[in-house]
Amino acid sequence: MPAVSKGDGMRGLAVFISDIRNCKSKEAEIKRINKELANIRSKFKGDKALDGYSKKKYVCKLLFIFLLGHDIDFGHMEAVNLLSSNRYTEKQIGYLFISVLVNSNSELIRLINNAIKNDLASRNPTFMGLALHCIANVGSREMAEAFAGEIPKILVAGDTMDSVKQSAALCLLRLYRTSPDLVPMGDWTSRVVHLLNDQHLGVVTAATSLITTLAQKNPEEFKTSVSLAVSRLSRIVTSASTDLQDYTYYFVPAPWLSVKLLRLLQCYPPPEDPAVRGRLTECLETILNKAQEPPKSKKVQHSNAKNAVLFEAISLIIHHDSEPNLLVRACNQLGQFLQHRETNLRYLALESMCTLASSEFSHEAVKTHIETVINALKTERDVSVRQRAVDLLYAMCDRSNAQQIVAEMLNYLETADYSIREEIVLKVAILAEKYAVDYTWYVDTILNLIRIAGDYVSEEVWYRVIQIVINRDDVQGYAAKTVFEALQAPACHENLVKVGGYILGEFGNLIAGDPRSSPLIQFNLLHSKFHLCSVPTRALLLSTYIKFVNLFPEIKTTIQDVLRSDSQLKNADVELQQRAVEYLRLSTIASTDILATVLEEMPPFPERESSILAKLKKKKGPGTVTDLEEIKKERSSDMNGSAEPASVNASVVSTPSPSADLLGLGAAPVTNSAPPPSSSGSLLVDVFSDSASAVAPLAPGSDDNFASPDLASSEVVSEEPADTVHDADELFHKFVCKNNGVLFENQLLQIGLKSEFRQNLGRMFIFYGNKTSTQFLNFTPTVICSDDLQSSLNLQTKPVDPTVDGGAQVQQVVNIECVSDFMEAPILNIQFRYGGTFQNLSVKLPITLNKFFQPTEMSSQDFFQRWKQLSNPKQEVQNIFKAKHPMDAEITKAKIIGFGSALLEEVDPNPANFVGAGIIHTKTTQIGCLLRLEPNLQAQMYRLTLRTSKEAVSQRLCELLSEQF
Amino acid sequence: MIKFFLMVNKQGQTRLSRYYEHVEINKRTVLEAEVIKNCLSRSKDECSFVEYKDFKLVYRQYAALFIVVGIDQTENEMAVYELIHNFVEVLDKYFSRVSEFGLMYHKILQEILKTCCCTDLFLRQFFQPYFCYI
Repeated sequence: MPAVSKGDGMRGLAVFISDIRNCKSKEAEIKRINKELANIRSKFKGDKALDGYSKKKYVCKLLFIFLLGHDIDFGHMEAVNLLSSNRYTEKQIGYLFISVLVNSNSELIRLINNAIKNDLASRNPTFMGLALHCIANVGSREMAEAFAGEIPKILVAGDTMDSVKQSAALCLLRLYRTSPDLVPMGDWTSRVVHLLNDQHLGVVTAATSLITTLAQKNPEEFKTSVSLAVSRLSRIVTSASTDLQDYTYYFVPAPWLSVKLLRLLQCYPPPEDPAVRGRLTECLETILNKAQEPPKSKKVQHSNAKNAVLFEAISLIIHHDSEPNLLVRACNQLGQFLQHRETNLRYLALESMCTLASSEFSHEAVKTHIETVINALKTERDVSVRQRAVDLLYAMCDRSNAQQIVAEMLNYLETADYSIREEIVLKVAILAEKYAVDYTWYVDTILNLIRIAGDYVSEEVWYRVIQIVINRDDVQGYAAKTVFEALQAPACHENLVKVGGYILGEFGNLIAGDPRSSPLIQFNLLHSKFHLCSVPTRALLLSTYIKFVNLFPEIKTTIQDVLRSDSQLKNADVELQQRAVEYLRLSTIASTDILATVLEEMPPFPERESSILAKLKKKKGPGTVTDLEEIKKERSSDMNGSAEPASVNASVVSTPSPSADLLGLGAAPVTNSAPPPSSSGSLLVDVFSDSASAVAPLAPGSDDNFASPDLASSEVVSEEPADTVHDADELFHKFVCKNNGVLFENQLLQIGLKSEFRQNLGRMFIFYGNKTSTQFLNFTPTVICSDDLQSSLNLQTKPVDPTVDGGAQVQQVVNIECVSDFMEAPILNIQFRYGGTFQNLSVKLPITLNKFFQPTEMSSQDFFQRWKQLSNPKQEVQNIFKAKHPMDAEITKAKIIGFGSALLEEVDPNPANFVGAGIIHTKTTQIGCLLRLEPNLQAQMYRLTLRTSKEAVSQRLCELLSEQF
Repeated sequence: MIKFFLMVNKQGQTRLSRYYEHVEINKRTVLEAEVIKNCLSRSKDECSFVEYKDFKLVYRQYAALFIVVGIDQTENEMAVYELIHNFVEVLDKYFSRVSEFGLMYHKILQEILKTCCCTDLFLRQFFQPYFCYI
């Protein structure tokens, strides 16, 4: 390494920097910089060839100016020149400049790559190091393309210096992260694993990082790393605190390396080889033992480093979940931290314990800390620690302690931070339901929830309490009595009015015998809240009133008077007005019998996963909580059958629709996958009806889906939105033979499509409907084509408005041009913020090759002539498959026509077969296609044959069409 | 893995940032502002780990200077927390008085650029644990 002492050389740079530092104002600084830039420019342009030293100096100045925040648009060439210098200092500055200011100038990239290549081949470790650093810092795809094959060789070569190996490992890691496809796996992988045995701990650290990342994607390939990692770990943890010299940090031997090795082991299940396994257990025990030993240093760095290793060891113990002894020891260790004076340790202990609670071996041990955790909830000053305590209480909850935990959470809720209230509400609601032995306790708990934190009780929570009360007749009377009492509070939350209104409407008769809660008193109590409530709640109350008419004929006239009042009949809100008018009519003309049928008690709800659980999962995102929940659910076999583990994903979609459904009033005949419209007027425009006036005005549904005589008793079962349980791929295939329909739907968003195609052009209208009453913000749909697809499919979209109001719908047009035949489908990615959460979803956009079909009619003779012309084996693709749908000839015909080809009648000698013909239009070519579908009713099989002039097209069309039958 | 590394002063100005995942420049500003707000608003007796969106922030304060590291779920918080200290110790060894980073800012750059030889050591030893960690 050339010796350049401090302060030597580049005096000009020192002067310039001190000038800048002495500048009194921003203006002075800019002036000084401009002067310098002019100077450098003239030097670079001057006739006199600059020597390396001057070049280096000026490039340095440019770099400094850039780092101060100014744009630099020249000097790149001089920097590249410096790369080929043999002087370390010059080369180094060149690389620094390029790392910081790389641009995509292709000419320059070529020169840079060339210089890097020379340095990599130079065998000078310093130069190689610089080159590797540069590749890692830039990390672009071009760099990966040029060097991803080269670096593994350097990494495993026997004569490579340690420092270079280290850089090479990290450089490769970086390239693998940016372009995994460009890093070839090969025999080097087995040799890389042996770097774990290297003498140089720096190399081991770098290699561990690399292997961990690679092993996540290719576990088989790196399986041998397990035993090597265990033996390396064992050597570290048993070493004396000074053995590892530089790698000892405050008397802890190689803490970061230990953490990395433990992390690597978490990519694999417990080792099968008993010797390795024994050694690992020994290691983990040593780590746990060391945590108990008196500290070797009073410095906090010592204990922090030790604890970092300890926490990672505990993660591994939990990951393996196989050694009861270790799990319990881990739990006890964490228990000590729960009362530690360091907040960081308390936080981490709570977090780790949360995962321990899900192991059957340590669940009981975790439970012993319940008092400490409850105490943390009360005394912790840090909200993130309290949040962890809530999580842990939730995780450790079971039948034995549910009452205590729920009570504590309710207590805490009164003072809890606003940011976590909604989550606590959900957790309380779930626990109360899951562990309810006595449903009166459940009802009390939920009503308490509404009383304490009504604003944070989401719709899911109060839907759920109603579902449960309706399904369990042992609790109905109690529920009616309790809500009646709760409603007597002078100020009660609107959610309570909703629950109260609903329950009294159904079960008010159960408490009507008591003179203190006579029908009239019940009605007056509810009606006293009426005027303070929002429109949806008032609508719900009106339904309660009509139910009262049936339950309590004696107050019919009172109710009719209310319905008849101007404030109802002439209400400005169309929904309320309509309810009032129709209920009034219903109560007047219908006989008692009809009334009794129409307004019968609600049938039980079909059992399904608690929608609250779905909501909590969504809130938490796909992460630890979900997994935990899954595990817990598997283990807890009872739980009143509220959840079917198998349908977890499905049920996320099938949350009950808004309030009207609960009342059974929104039961419009549900024909397709459209959700039952809600009564609150937030209807989505039906984009997929086939009629010409596809874009219908808002909320036409209210008229006809509302209160036709037999509706109120019609089963809610029919509303179980089974159709909305979408399998993305299945839906995608539905669109192969049709152009309009609903592409995607969940609780928040509905995506509808309308599309038309002509020859090689097409246009698709995408309709995004906001199903909630809250705005979507930053709403950004993007259509993504893979590189391959981009060249063959031209898509143009216009951006849409980033805010979508509640209940509103926005439309996006995609113009499509098919340039050549293609295989994949573009992806539609949608991102938006809903409430506080960020939503991100992707669906395949059904633009498939067959959309560019033009049907061709031809005679039998023509058909077979062409059929024979396309007899080259590459032109034919055949698929024999089992029928997935009933084998109906008419449906099959419709599908073939929908697929885009002409359906040729009386062509095939066997009338049971179907044949079709058409031309695929792309911008570049036209491809004739013939198809033949032979059903075998007996075997319930089909044989599909496609002949086209292009192999890939035959293949793709065959794939697409096979999915249809 | 580590997603980004920030050095910020008490006024909330970013002094040094390094990203290990591609983030657009204009998004960085927004991200940094939010991250800084999240950390600066916390008191000393609150813990050094903050959940932020889908990742975690680990931060440490040295006088007027905050060092904030963004990590994902797979990272060990305590190890990163201590890594920051290691980093600062190395900085401290090379350039005295790291705490007054406001003044140091130009000086560090100057050192990096002027005494090139130092840069190698600088990268090797000062960034070594740091690079090893990404």
